[in-house]
Formats: sequence, C-alpha cells, structure tokens
Amino acid sequence: MDTIKALLVILMSSVLVNNYVLNKFLGICPFLGVSKKLDQAAGMGTAVTFVMLVATAVTWPIQTFVLDKLGLGYLQTIVFILVIATLVQFVEIILKKYIPALHKSLGVYLPLITTNCAVLGVTINNIKDGYGFLESMVSSLGCGLGFLLAMVLFAGVRSRLDSANIPESFKGLPVTLAAASIVSMSFMGFAGVVDKLFA
Amino acid sequence: MNDSLLSAVLIAVGVLVAIGLICALILVIAAKFFAVKVDEKEQKIRACLPGANCGACGFTGCDGYAKALAEGSAPANLCVPGGASAAAQLGEVLGVSVEAAARMVAFVHCNGTCDNTKQKYDYKGIPTCAGAKLFYGGDGACSSGCLGYGDCAKVCPSGAIYNNNGVACVDPAKCTGCGMCTKACPNFVIRLVPADAKTVVACSSKDKGAVAVKACKTSCIGCKKCENTCPAGAIKVEDNFAKIDYIKCVGCNACTEVCPRHAIMSVDFSQAQ
Repeated sequence: MDTIKALLVILMSSVLVNNYVLNKFLGICPFLGVSKKLDQAAGMGTAVTFVMLVATAVTWPIQTFVLDKLGLGYLQTIVFILVIATLVQFVEIILKKYIPALHKSLGVYLPLITTNCAVLGVTINNIKDGYGFLESMVSSLGCGLGFLLAMVLFAGVRSRLDSANIPESFKGLPVTLAAASIVSMSFMGFAGVVDKLFA
Repeated sequence: MNDSLLSAVLIAVGVLVAIGLICALILVIAAKFFAVKVDEKEQKIRACLPGANCGACGFTGCDGYAKALAEGSAPANLCVPGGASAAAQLGEVLGVSVEAAARMVAFVHCNGTCDNTKQKYDYKGIPTCAGAKLFYGGDGACSSGCLGYGDCAKVCPSGAIYNNNGVACVDPAKCTGCGMCTKACPNFVIRLVPADAKTVVACSSKDKGAVAVKACKTSCIGCKKCENTCPAGAIKVEDNFAKIDYIKCVGCNACTEVCPRHAIMSVDFSQAQ
C-alpha cells in the first residue's frame, strides 16, 4: 500500500508540481513551436510521453548495470544522448514498418524529439533522484503526461490569443512568452498540494 | 599510477565506443530488416503533381492521390490545378492516354455589394465570415449572400480573391480551380463553374421573391422569365432560384437582357490559366 502511495505521489508531483515545461523550463522549443493547434499539441505530447517511457526503460539499466559498475558515472550525459537518439530512430523505423497509421500521426514529431532536452532531463533526473526502475518509469510517465497537459492547456491559451486584440509590438512571440509565464505561474500554485493529496 | 590512469581513460573510451557501435549496429540491422518498400512508380507520379495539396482530387493531398494512382484505383485526370500538363505527364508515367480535367474556375455567386444591399446590424465580433454567420446568420440583409470578411481570400493558395465593394471577387486569371474557397465560404456562395461557361447567375438567394427583393437590388426572385426566354432550354428555376446548365448554354445573352433584377450576367473566363 505504501509503495503504491509513494508511486502515486511521484506521478502526481511530476505531472503538476515538477512539470518539466512550466517549472523546470525544459522542452520549451516544442512547447512554443508546436502548440499552435490542439491536435498537433496533443500529438507532440503523446509522442514525448512515449519516448520518455522508452528512453527511461533503456537508460536506467545502462546506468545501473554498465556505467555505475565500471565507475563511469561521468559519461552519463554523452551515453544517454547517444542511446536516446538511436532509440528514437529505431522506434521510427519500427513504427513505419508495422504501424503506419501511428507513424503518420507521430512521425513528424519523432525526429524533433531525438535531441529534446526534456527527454534527456527526465532520464538524468531519475538517476539523480535515486529512483528504482519502477519509480523511474512512473516518474517518466508523469513527466510525459505533464508535458502533454502543458501543451494542451497552452494550445487552448494560444487559440484565444489568435482572436485577441494584441498591441502591434506584442504580436507573435512576445505575447506568447508572456502567456507562457502566466500559465507557468499558475502551476506554481500546485507546490505543497501534492504531498497532502494521498495522506 | 600512470598505468591506472591510462586504463581508466581506455575503459571509458572503450565503453563509449562499444555503446556507439552497438547503437550503430542496431540501426543498420533495423534499416535492413524493417525497410519499407517505397513504390518507385508512386514517387514518379508524385513528381508530376503540382504539390499544392489542395484536395480537389478528393484524396488526402498529392501524396494520397499519387498512392491511389500507383495502385490504379483512381482516374488520372482528377488534378485540377495541374490541368492538362499534369494529366499528360501522368499519362506518360502510367502508360495510358488521359483527357485533362475540365478547367474549373471559382465564381462568387453574389453581387450584393454595399450599393446593392444593406446591413442587418453592425457586426463587431471576430472579423471572419464564419464568426459573423454564427451571429443571427450574418450581418447582411440577405442571409445567403457574401459576408465579405474574406474567409475565402485567407485560404486561397494563389491569392486570386479580393474584396470588391463588400463582396469577394475571384480573379479568373489567377484562379487554379482548386476549390479551397468553396469549402471556406459558410454561405456556399463560391462555387466552381467550368472555365468555358458563358453566362452565370450572380446570386445564391433561395428566398421567396418578396423577401429577396427587399434583401438586395440584384437578387434572383425566381420569376422564370429567363427559363421561358432561353432558346437552348439551359435554365431551370428551382427553389426560387435560376440554375444554368453550362453545357447547354450557347451564350446568346437572351436571359441577361430579360432578367428584371440583372442577376444574370455574361462572363468570359477565357483568360483563366
């Protein structure tokens, strides 16, 4: 029971409190780039969630059974980049062959994710926080869902921006960044809530 | 001391190289075993299409149409923007003779300019036709006329649509006949007509005569004068609205002269691409 509770806390805190986009400011590029339309934002969010899960499933064993055993912890960043890039390419090839429909909807986003800092950040933070394999997987699921949530919410905000009367000098990126900071501030409100959710 | 330092470096390099090699090997094997065959014919066909992805052929963009052509499940003359040249190229690749798709031109079936019709109310919402249409069927006195907020001009890939005194107007010289505007118009005022059409009804009102008269100075009131005058029997009045059969029309202009509302006009799209 306690383990389930601990996992739920990890999940909820990575979705809401430690949201990668809105609190750690990782993965801002797709957050600003692909959030213009709701369906694209949802597609990108789903793809990132999927890649985060697969990346964690592969990098955690590599860190634990290869790098730590040989005392090469300092190679973490370069090895993870290498492995994640390969993994995304591999997944793309497999998807193209066996699930063309999914490849068509996720295909555009997969190459974008190859070097996404949010994915690298999740895998490295999982190690840094000393999570076990199961905890790492739950944490990456939460981070992915948090990314998806941020993308979808922000797509909604941006669709409102389209029809708003914005001062000439603020049109485009400036007002988008201002809106992003307000959404980010609203997520700060979740800090301190999660611990008591499952108490 | 030196030996242990050297071995530490060597191990690190070795591990990294090993992981890199394994990754490369996985990708090479994957690329070999899971390669998807791309039909060479499909690529050749795709090269013949203009790449406007307009969807006029009824498929999901040029890629979708190329795939259907390669499978042989679609006729080769569906590409409207490509016209005769694309059809000829496709015929060469596919080894069949094809006739070009009939050239179509978008035409705005409304002449409700600011002089001819009035506004029902002052619309101050989102400046799009779709937005205005949601609000009591639009701000124009005629509920089936051009709203004039340019939703069609925004989707037109070739910039052929301009605003002429409150009504959208298509420049036939620029129009490729892709039909994007016909889908964007909430009142379906823009429809495709054959480029060899000689006479068109510049109105879309299906209201009864009395209502249409009040709404606009140039509305079709369904009086049937044109239907009775036409020597070729090309005009038919249905739902209080004259419809021209462009194949039967000979362009004699008898209807344009007899129309009491001047809703029928003779046109010349011959300068169209």
